[in-house]
Amino acid sequence: MAKRIEDLKIIGNKRLNDDFFILELTGNTKIPEFKPGQFVQVKVDGSHETFLRRPISIHDVDYESNTFKLLIQIAGNATKTLAGLKRGDVLNLVYPLGNSFSLPEESETVLLVGGGCGIAPLLFLGKYLKSRGCVPDILLGFRNKERIIEFEEYRKTGNVFVTTEDGSMGEKGYVTSHSVFSAQHYSRIYCCGPDRMMKALATYSKSRNIICEVSLENLMACGIGVCLCCIVDTVKGNLCACIDGPVFNVNDLKW
Amino acid sequence: MVNLAFSIGDLEFKNPVLTASGTFGYGSEFDDFFDVSRLGGIILKGTTIEPREGNAYPRMAETPSGMLNAVGLQNKGVDYFEKNIYPCITRYNTNLIVNINGSYIEDYIALAERICKLEKIAAVELNISCPNVKMGGMAFGTNLDSAREVTREVRAVCSKKLIVKLSPNVTNIVDFARAVEEEGADSVSLINTLLGMSVDVINMKPSLSTITGGLSGPAIKPVALRMVWQVANAVKIPVIGMGGIMTASDAMEFFLAGASAVQIGTASFIDPQASVKILEGIEEYLINKGFSDIKDVIGYINRTP
Repeated sequence: MAKRIEDLKIIGNKRLNDDFFILELTGNTKIPEFKPGQFVQVKVDGSHETFLRRPISIHDVDYESNTFKLLIQIAGNATKTLAGLKRGDVLNLVYPLGNSFSLPEESETVLLVGGGCGIAPLLFLGKYLKSRGCVPDILLGFRNKERIIEFEEYRKTGNVFVTTEDGSMGEKGYVTSHSVFSAQHYSRIYCCGPDRMMKALATYSKSRNIICEVSLENLMACGIGVCLCCIVDTVKGNLCACIDGPVFNVNDLKW
Repeated sequence: MVNLAFSIGDLEFKNPVLTASGTFGYGSEFDDFFDVSRLGGIILKGTTIEPREGNAYPRMAETPSGMLNAVGLQNKGVDYFEKNIYPCITRYNTNLIVNINGSYIEDYIALAERICKLEKIAAVELNISCPNVKMGGMAFGTNLDSAREVTREVRAVCSKKLIVKLSPNVTNIVDFARAVEEEGADSVSLINTLLGMSVDVINMKPSLSTITGGLSGPAIKPVALRMVWQVANAVKIPVIGMGGIMTASDAMEFFLAGASAVQIGTASFIDPQASVKILEGIEEYLINKGFSDIKDVIGYINRTP
């Protein structure tokens, strides 16, 4: 799918809690066909503080209504500005960018693992898999019950398991210690979250010969593979998170 | 119609909007966004004899109105360029210029010889101003004798037009421009990035793996403009200006100050269509001001009323 630069219209900005919000966008033209794992480069406001675009992954897509959603965590000035956008505002995007998660064979058992903002691309991936007859297990990690977001959306997509660090919902602890790993044998694991979480999943998967893909969030400037700033150290040399990723098979990473 | 053409000696450019090395890949990354052949020229990603992996991550930091980079000339080397990249880019109907880099003078000479054998390459940009490599790079461009020597040696083997890309990290850039002109450069391009630094206060460490890096973007535009103006008033060869050009108005500042052409760099990261939008804006500006040839506005600010 060809990349484009385009103004899109905000049709919704839903605040989920102190940190998270969802922007819903629509285009004047037909939105492109996205692949799960892909991202957009958002031009914030061109102010001196937020000079570069911000890469944000596709959270959900609805081709019928020609809309898609971005799940965003407030982390600095840029995301604070985006959180203040209102219905009718215009957002300039370069998109769709990056590679995508691989697709499982028909008989595979698949687990999606997400933590914090990393849960964002997994909803679109889960829906995509479900629409192709593969209902995934989805394991989500949060700090506590109050921080859980989009729970109902994920539940419509697959079998959801939750861990919280204080045990206020689901199992207590980190995702990697969840009982689902002993109850079920997975052939494929997709993960997006904090580095520590992804590295733990990578170690687990490698030791059991499970296919494991992670979505990396590197500092990025151009998003189209020309600045060579977002490099990932791989067994194939330095690759760009923006065009060779953001999704990588853990066997290719030097973890 | 406005005449936008400019030339370096007998090398004609259909317009004076070029893309800066390291910000435009090899052109094809922009095929989805516009017809790259509309540009006056593209300066390709910096090339070295041997493949280079560049510096460790993180190699980029956003700064007020700009960014620091410490990429360190990551590229697959000249063999790969000749075999795999060159055949793909000859389809562009624009001047292709190869930016060459080395650790030693011998590297520059060998590269220039190799590149000059490629028929469809219009010119060589001699990069003596990369701030992100341990050896060579800026070391050549910040020492007058070295700048002279490398220009002289490359000139001797370079059958194509030779553009020397100057470093702003010197006491007086005019001395360097004059020196490379005397040694036979056909044009100078300036400025490369300004050496800078950023500290991550949350993690209490340098933002870049290399600690220092090259600053680009609108933050450096006034410095770039001043240097272009100084150099344009001091040399006879065409001056190619760059440094923080984001809009046609920015580009016009450089032309009015004496630049014969401009390179668009960091702007392409923010808007992949920036270069072609700037080209359209320059034409519009000239029409609105009643000029039929861009040559009539080059160095305009120096004219007595």
